[in-house]
This record gives sequence, structure tokens and C-alpha cells, in this order.
Amino acid sequence: MSSQILSSEAISKLQAQFPNSISMIGEGCQQALLIEDSKFLTIMGVLKNDAAYQFTMLSNLTAVDYLDHFEVVYHLYSLNLKHTVTIKARCPADKPAIWSVMSIWASANFQEREVYDLLGLEFVGHADLRRILLPEDFEGHPLRKEYKLSAQDERRRVELCLKPRHTP
Amino acid sequence: MPKTQTYTLNMGPQHPSTHGVLQLELELDGEQVVKAIPYMGYLHRGIEKLAESRTYTQFIPYTDRLDYVASMGNNLGYCQTVEKLIEIEIPERAEYLRIIMTELNRIASHLLFMSSLAIDLGATTGMIYGFRDRETVLDLFDMVCGARLTYNYIRIGGVADDIPPEFIPATQKFLGDFPKILEEYHNLLTGNEILYYRLKNTGIINGKQALEVGLTGPCLRASGVDYDIRKVESYGIYDRFDFAVPLGENGDNWDRYIVRMEEMVESSKIIAQAIAQLPEGPFMAKVPKVLKPPAGDVYHRIENPRGELGFYIVSDGTTKPYRTHVRRPSFINLQALDEVCKGLLIADVVAVLATLDPLMGEVDC
Repeated sequence: MSSQILSSEAISKLQAQFPNSISMIGEGCQQALLIEDSKFLTIMGVLKNDAAYQFTMLSNLTAVDYLDHFEVVYHLYSLNLKHTVTIKARCPADKPAIWSVMSIWASANFQEREVYDLLGLEFVGHADLRRILLPEDFEGHPLRKEYKLSAQDERRRVELCLKPRHTP
Repeated sequence: MPKTQTYTLNMGPQHPSTHGVLQLELELDGEQVVKAIPYMGYLHRGIEKLAESRTYTQFIPYTDRLDYVASMGNNLGYCQTVEKLIEIEIPERAEYLRIIMTELNRIASHLLFMSSLAIDLGATTGMIYGFRDRETVLDLFDMVCGARLTYNYIRIGGVADDIPPEFIPATQKFLGDFPKILEEYHNLLTGNEILYYRLKNTGIINGKQALEVGLTGPCLRASGVDYDIRKVESYGIYDRFDFAVPLGENGDNWDRYIVRMEEMVESSKIIAQAIAQLPEGPFMAKVPKVLKPPAGDVYHRIENPRGELGFYIVSDGTTKPYRTHVRRPSFINLQALDEVCKGLLIADVVAVLATLDPLMGEVDC
């Protein structure tokens, strides 16, 4: 049997448990739960430990820069109940910080460090938040939209390459 | 009483058994490992950033460079993610060709695992034998797409080209020889007492811990957790094939070795079934020349030889993705390193690295 997206009954049950904190966005395979900041860690804890959800695996964790805000995306999977869910949380661009889920899923460690490294999001409560892919003295966060690749100026680079290196 | 204290030893990035450029900082008590901290990034190319300035089709060759010994799987994962986004039907023949290629690639990848494990533990002969037979598989890929490692074969909507007439007989010959080849390995390596004692009961991680640190793929299954995305998601047409998911018991180095050896047998079964069922017909769906997926985001995962390979793509409705993220199994599997290495000798760290089998092209992305 193939895995399923978390059923709408289970989602309504969760919404009833935490009124005004969870909203549904997207449809079909793009369906996601958007969780408000105030109860974020409590809801994530319930999703992992409650018998109705049992999301024991944090499959994927990443973030997207939407210019005015950052969106952190969590893809969860339950081994026992064979269902998946996508969780999203947002934080404003001028205050890029979000709760770390490392206390719930230890496997978030490297993935949160990666997001911190490449997007500059701070994960509050992470035990060992350091850069992971880039050197420690690197300046800036490359996956932010404001960060332009110097190589993005590709045309200029191509022109440079086409120019004769040495003219007699 | 003499006072003792721990000291740190740097292993890598130029160390033959780190399979690339992985650096380990080992905190040692005598010769026993107290803590193992991995440092990566030496091969970081910023592929996720590059994706933002490439069209959807242009990104496929970059996926080849992630897990470069299992590129077919990377191609497949990426293309299926984009196909999920644009909701397109794939021709039957293409589906079967994809299965044949990814499973052949799984065999090639596991053969490389076996070879590198053998040479890391000092068995040069095992390495030579493994490479000999991996070469046969690479020749098959060379036949279909002209490349031995970076295939760029699976495309959005199907595959790049139909297989040449000599491919099926050559594959069948390989499948026919495969049981004999495996028997040779089992005589040479599995039955080898030195290898057995080097691997058995070293580098143990139980199922609960393995899940906790995010292990996936053969390493997780070696700890007895039944989690294979080919069964869980049955992406593509995997539900049509009859194959078993080999599981280990102890989660030690030995189990991780045996699970992969058995997986190769299962892969060969899948390939044989796929060849038997292979239909005629087109190998490519009608895909618009300029690809503009509707705005939205999608996550898709497949079972690569090293574990769960996931792609997360955000589209803003233009020809280029707004954001592409790759969930690389090797990267996340490295989190287990510290847990697995605790209390081991330095020589066993080499064995653990070989059986965890991280691939730096994928770790660093």
C-alpha cells in the first residue's frame, strides 16, 4: 500500500485541539499546514508523539526566501501509520529566527545547520548552530535572493573569455 | 596513578578511506574514539543556487554530479518531481526503461560499495573483482547514453533515447552471469574470516537510534527497520514488481554489508521482470519545449542506493525554479557517525565509513 497524505479528519482534530494556530494551504500533493509561531513546538511535539499522528521521521527540512518573509518547510513521515504531512512556518525577513525542532527530532541537526548556513535563519534552541558547508569566515548567505552570484553576471564573464588574452 | 587525557586526531580530508574530501575530527582516549565530528563542504558547489538560474531541463546534468555513482537515481528523482509539478503522463516503455536503468545503477553502486569496503580493509583482490563487474554495468550505460557516469539519460517526460537492439541481450547475459559473480564474491569476501571479524559486532546502531539520527536506505534497514521507499511510495511502477526488502538484525557493519549484497540480488530480479514485461511504444511524452510549471511547491522522494533522495521544488510560474532543495541521504546519514563510532578503534572507523558509504559529491551538493 502506498503512503497517504494525513487525512482531513486528523487535520480537523488537530485544528480543534489548537484553534487559530493551524491553517491549511495548498491542494492535493501540495497541501500543507501553516503553523503559527506561538504554539509551534507544542504542535510539532504532538505530531510526533500523539498516537493519532506518530510522525517519527523528519524526512526533509528546508527553507525558502520569499523576500518579505522566510518559510521553513518540514516534510514528516509516519512509519507506523504510513502517512505524510507538510508543515510550514514563517518568520519575517527582518527577524529571521525560528524554533529549532532538534529537541523533537534529533535528525534536524544537520539540516537546520544547513539552512542557517545558506539562508541565515537562526534556529532558537539548537545545540550546535554553526556553518556546515561554507567556511566559518564566509560572509553572507548564498541562498538568499539578495545574494547575487558574481558568476550570475555570466554575459560579462563570457565576454571576458572571448576577449583575446594577448594582443601583439 | 598516571593521569590520562583525551587528544584529537585529524583524519582527512586527504585520507584514502574517507571516499573523497571528508574531514573527521576524532577525539581519542588512547586508541578509542570518544567523539567523531565530521567537517564537510570541501566539494560544495552551490548546486541549489545554480538551479535558480537554470531552466528545469538544464538542471538535469547537475543532478548527475550529486551522487555520481548512482546518477540514474538522481535523474529519476528530479524528473519525477518536475513531472509531479506539471502533472504529465509518462509512456509505459519509458517507465520500464527507467526502472531497468535505476536498478542496474543500484547494482553498480553497491558493487562499488563492496569494492571500496574491501580495499579499505586491505583486501585488494576484492576491490579488483568488484570493479571488473561494475565495468560491465557501466558498459551497458555507455551503450544507451554514451556516458559511463554522468548519464543525463532520464528526462522530464521520459528518457533521452530508446535502447539500442544489443542492450537487452547484453543485460540478459549480465543477469545470467550475476549469480555466479555473486557466488565468487561470497567465496572471496563473505566467507573470509578476517572480514567477518572486522565487521561483525563493530559499529552497532539499533533501529531506534538509527531513526533518531535520520538514517535511511540500506543503513537503516541493516538495523531492522523496514523502510524502503520503493515499497512505501511505490513511485513510478514499482508496485508491479515482486521483490523483497532485505533486513538486518544487529545494525552492525556486517549487517550493512550483507543487506547491500542481498539488495543486489533483489535488483537483478526487478530488472529481469522489467525486461520480460517491457512494452513497445514511445519513450518520451509530449512535453512543451519551453517548460513553465504552474506556481506551487512539491516534494518527491525516491529510494537511491544510499537512502532517501528527495527533491523540493518551488515554482513561481516562470521557466526557472524559484527554489530547488535536494534532501541528500549521504549528508543526513553522516549524523550517525558520532553515535556509531563511539568506543571504536581508529581502524574500525575506517570500516564504519565504508559501510555508512557517504558520497561526498552528494554530501556537499
